[in-house]
Amino acid sequence: MNIELVLFLVLGLLAVVSALMVVSRKSPIAATMFLVMHFMALGGLYLLLHAQFMAVVQVLVYAGAIMVLVVFVIMLLNLGDEQSLSEKVTKRETSGIALSMLLGGALIFAVTRAVRPHTSDAAAAALNNGTIEAVGKALFTTYVFPFEMISLVLLAAAVGAVVLTKRHLV
Amino acid sequence: MELIDVIVLVVKILIVLHIFLIGAAYVVLLERKVSAWIQDRVGPNRVGWRGSLQSFADVLKLVLKEDIVPGHANKFFHFLAPVISIAIAISVWAVIPFCSPFTVFGVEIQPTIAPNLNIGILLLLALSSLGVYGITLAGWASNNKYSLLGGLRSSAQMISYELSMGLSLIGMMLVMGSVNITTIVAQQGGYWFGWLPKWNIFVQPVGFLIFLVAAFAETNRAPFDLAEAEPELVGGFHTEYTGLKFGLFFLAEYGNVILMSALMTTLFFGGYHLPWVEDLPFFKDHTGLLALAQFGALFVKALFWIFFFVWVRWSIPRFRYDQLMNLGWRVMFPLALLNTVITAIVLAAMKSS
Amino acid sequence: MIEQYLPAIAMILAGVGFGIVSVKAHEWLGPHRMTAQKLTTYESGMEPVSSAHERFSVKFYLVAMLFILFDIEIIFMYPWAVSFRALGNFALGAMLLFIVTLFVGYVYIVKKGALKWD
Repeated sequence: MNIELVLFLVLGLLAVVSALMVVSRKSPIAATMFLVMHFMALGGLYLLLHAQFMAVVQVLVYAGAIMVLVVFVIMLLNLGDEQSLSEKVTKRETSGIALSMLLGGALIFAVTRAVRPHTSDAAAAALNNGTIEAVGKALFTTYVFPFEMISLVLLAAAVGAVVLTKRHLV
Repeated sequence: MELIDVIVLVVKILIVLHIFLIGAAYVVLLERKVSAWIQDRVGPNRVGWRGSLQSFADVLKLVLKEDIVPGHANKFFHFLAPVISIAIAISVWAVIPFCSPFTVFGVEIQPTIAPNLNIGILLLLALSSLGVYGITLAGWASNNKYSLLGGLRSSAQMISYELSMGLSLIGMMLVMGSVNITTIVAQQGGYWFGWLPKWNIFVQPVGFLIFLVAAFAETNRAPFDLAEAEPELVGGFHTEYTGLKFGLFFLAEYGNVILMSALMTTLFFGGYHLPWVEDLPFFKDHTGLLALAQFGALFVKALFWIFFFVWVRWSIPRFRYDQLMNLGWRVMFPLALLNTVITAIVLAAMKSS
Repeated sequence: MIEQYLPAIAMILAGVGFGIVSVKAHEWLGPHRMTAQKLTTYESGMEPVSSAHERFSVKFYLVAMLFILFDIEIIFMYPWAVSFRALGNFALGAMLLFIVTLFVGYVYIVKKGALKWD
């Protein structure tokens, strides 16, 4: 067994188990911390795919920024443990299960149909695709238009955040 | 990985752990001695020669204290918070280079735990961005009003200054064209005009200044130590911690002070490079001695910044929370952005001319 | 390539291990004499009133939200800074446009007083 396979199995298992814990925990804070763990395992999986920059961005943005917001929200709203609301929302539960099964089926379909580059040439090319230099080059040549669009999305989000909380700020 | 690589790695991790622990112990002592000197007191002088073993006595005391978890606290997260804090304070040391590579018994040693990472600085920033959880969880799990307010305050402060810290480094990255710490240090080994060391401080003074202020805020040190402002919040997020659990937060704080000092040295003051001296022909054949001299250079440069951290703490009054947030968002952030834009334009102009 | 990162992963594990071992050792070594007084929440000698988990100012939420936005902006600047020399003036223009757009957002936030703490 080579080291990459071992790491893949360990990180994959960690990712799946922590994802299951996220949806099964009653305490919202515990669920959040498992989600952080899940994102870190995902970062590790990106590393195995040679996507070094993506791996670090995964940790920096998801675990280091977005989950901080989630933790803040949970603390600010003082969400207690999940109460037994389940009698009232059976309809929501069933539709949720149906939707997630649909999504799961779609994902399995897409993944099995995906073209996987098995040639050694493609693997060799992939080795250097994940470095920060390669990402920079791609971002500012091929993908420069989406990049500019991101600034508009972020602008809209900034305005939205202020508008939503504005009445408390006066 | 060969067996020899594993052995070298384990030895390196043990050495860095010891540097971290003994370093933190002596920085605590340094802080107490310097504060005593500033306030015209004597400072600790009972344990060992002139108090030199004081920190070890303190650690022993902390270990043997009773571990009290308040009845209303969340036991698991109360336990987890100090572990997160210390784990991050230790793991960020993986990317700091201590000296140039040298050879021992025919084995070439890279004096960094993880050398030559393509994303070096970003890995460090990503790991340290997780440090917020240690503090937030400590505040939340204690179920104490002081703790919660302290934890919330310091996490809001840390994320605000994380922006300026990341942004202040972009000017430096533009100049260096890399985020690989090994490359950055290597590039600072040359000279301008044949005599001035190519340290980044000479091309990025504004970037360094912003980084310095952000480093104070990130480590929760005075004048930005509002999280543990004794008159209003008792101990802040670690109010409900006793014994070694409190000790781990303390250790993490001082470890971060050392890390920030080493990082400032590495990124802006030539890292382990010992200008002029290291080019002597004598060192060409004695790589081991060169490595030792370079480690000494890194140590002395970092020690200056550690002293600076202590000096500032005992000289400057604490900020008010609104002043702190205004400084972070309305002064440091635009200034760092301006620094980035100007650096990029100047570099582009220099290239085309 | 993954071999390069194994030492960093090992260091993270070493840090976590150090933390867990020292906390557990401390729990084991210290005395265990719990009293009801010791278990109360510290409130400067007053009787603790109600739980600490109350609602807090929405400003903390806003700060975290704005932090995410500008953090993402900065993350896009890292690859730009690293490959700046190879990319040339076109990338500089693209990044300046990006920065100006977000600076408009920043000015809006400041003008609305969202970053005012008092």
